[in-house]
Amino acid sequence: MSDNKLNVRQQSGAVQTTGHAWDGDLQEYNNPLPRWWLWCFYGTVVFSILYWFIYPSWPVGQTWLKGFGTVDYTITDKKTNKVEEREQRWNTRALLLADLGEAANNEQRKAMLAKVRVANYDQIAKDPKMMEFVRSVGKGLFGDNCAACHGRGGQGVVGMYPNLTDDDWLWGGSMDKIHETLAQGRMGFMPAFEGVLKSEQLDEVAAYVLTLSGEAKPSATSERGKEIFHGQIGGCYYCHGADAKGVPSQGAANLTDKIWAIADVPAQKTLEDKTAVLKTFIANGVNNTRVMPAWKGRLNDDDIKLLAVYVHQLGGAK
Amino acid sequence: MRHEQVETNSALMLLLILAVISVGGLVEIVPLFSINETIEKVEGVRPNTPLEIRGRDIYIREGCYLCHSQMIRPFRDEWLRYGHYSLAAESQYDHPFQWGSKRTGPDLARVGGKYSNQWHVQHMKAPRSVVPQSIMPNYPWLLTNDLDYSDVADRMRALRATGVPYSVTQQEYDANVKKFGPAIADQFDIGKAEDSLLKEARDKNFDGVPGQITEMDALVAYLQSLGAMVDFTKYDEGYFATFR
Repeated sequence: MSDNKLNVRQQSGAVQTTGHAWDGDLQEYNNPLPRWWLWCFYGTVVFSILYWFIYPSWPVGQTWLKGFGTVDYTITDKKTNKVEEREQRWNTRALLLADLGEAANNEQRKAMLAKVRVANYDQIAKDPKMMEFVRSVGKGLFGDNCAACHGRGGQGVVGMYPNLTDDDWLWGGSMDKIHETLAQGRMGFMPAFEGVLKSEQLDEVAAYVLTLSGEAKPSATSERGKEIFHGQIGGCYYCHGADAKGVPSQGAANLTDKIWAIADVPAQKTLEDKTAVLKTFIANGVNNTRVMPAWKGRLNDDDIKLLAVYVHQLGGAK
Repeated sequence: MRHEQVETNSALMLLLILAVISVGGLVEIVPLFSINETIEKVEGVRPNTPLEIRGRDIYIREGCYLCHSQMIRPFRDEWLRYGHYSLAAESQYDHPFQWGSKRTGPDLARVGGKYSNQWHVQHMKAPRSVVPQSIMPNYPWLLTNDLDYSDVADRMRALRATGVPYSVTQQEYDANVKKFGPAIADQFDIGKAEDSLLKEARDKNFDGVPGQITEMDALVAYLQSLGAMVDFTKYDEGYFATFR
């Protein structure tokens, strides 16, 4: 069967067999590897030996062959605050330092950062180049540090985390005030009026507050609420102001606009539901749940400044 | 040994295959046990407290590791997104470690201290209420399930057998006081495990539910401990590169 299929090379005896014979006459040809392939293989062996000496490789007792390859990087020394050039034996951590150093010392970035650092907020706002820089760097900073609560676009979560894209600011919406909020953190507080006011009084105050922003028309109930709001029993005006426009130094909300930070009034369809939501809120107050953490210490001053401008330009800046 | 012998003796072949395929693992792992600089010398890393141990157990039970890694690699993109790369020292008390290799969700190696407890509770209960684009499942039962801490001492004993310095004897306790300070050493005392767990859960009330110790308490306690033990501002960045 096989004899007549032998090719010319085999017939001529140019191809050797491996010497085995199975079942009497079954043999295996021995085709050597092509020369070029074999030399490539030897080449990789030589390469691996060179590799051992350039890069970290074999363990030796309590240490290892560290290789003579090196990485240069620039870094700002934490103690002296000076930019230093350093050399470190090759490893991935040193490569990262080189990469980070290159980014941090990128001339354009450095120049822009230096400009932003000394500029005041008005100057930054008026300079389109600086604003472009703030938007591109701020997006990353915001995404990493702020977006978990305030959302990627700064839209917030009603009832939990304030919306940063509207022009309603509990603690003030100027860049300076936003900077203060970022650096020092904030803690929202409103006393619980359950126990202070009777159930019907809570209803009355809720009815009055809804008239302030035009959610409801004034009525006899809301007039009684008005007295409580501006009187000694409720004393709401202490924090929200006699005009109910809020007092930013207290973090007290403006009640005359259509924006609701905590009680989700706009989501309710009927007036009864709106009043009920507001009543529950006034009854419970705000305690320990509306906390903006302080970022000073976690972010450096440059980052806080960039974020203040970034948040300010998100849309609802004042 | 002749080729024919190997090919005709399946038991011998199996042994030789095992020997060959274990070479790759052995040469990568075994030398690390004897190399001095494998674990960076760094301050602040401590084992988990009893409450954190239970939190970690819940983390494993719920399969969090299937989507979340706990290993930030030394690349610029990971540095910018997650923070400082993970150190070997930071998982020295982790048995088994939770490095993971799959990120469907973000890496959690430095999630500790990044968000408030309240945020974690809300996020675990209904992830999309705080991150609209999230695909994480809801874990509402964590907030209602009472935490089972009856066997926490046994769990600490098991971890102690792997080398985590939870103390049984006075001598071990004293060593912990020296290394971690008295407040933490008390929490590592296996004899007082249950009390320490209850105290931490009551004092810090991670889940915001007063008077009830839920699985959420433990899980949030654990998450808040991740990657927050080393104060990197104390170290020159070049320092960690000298260990590799």
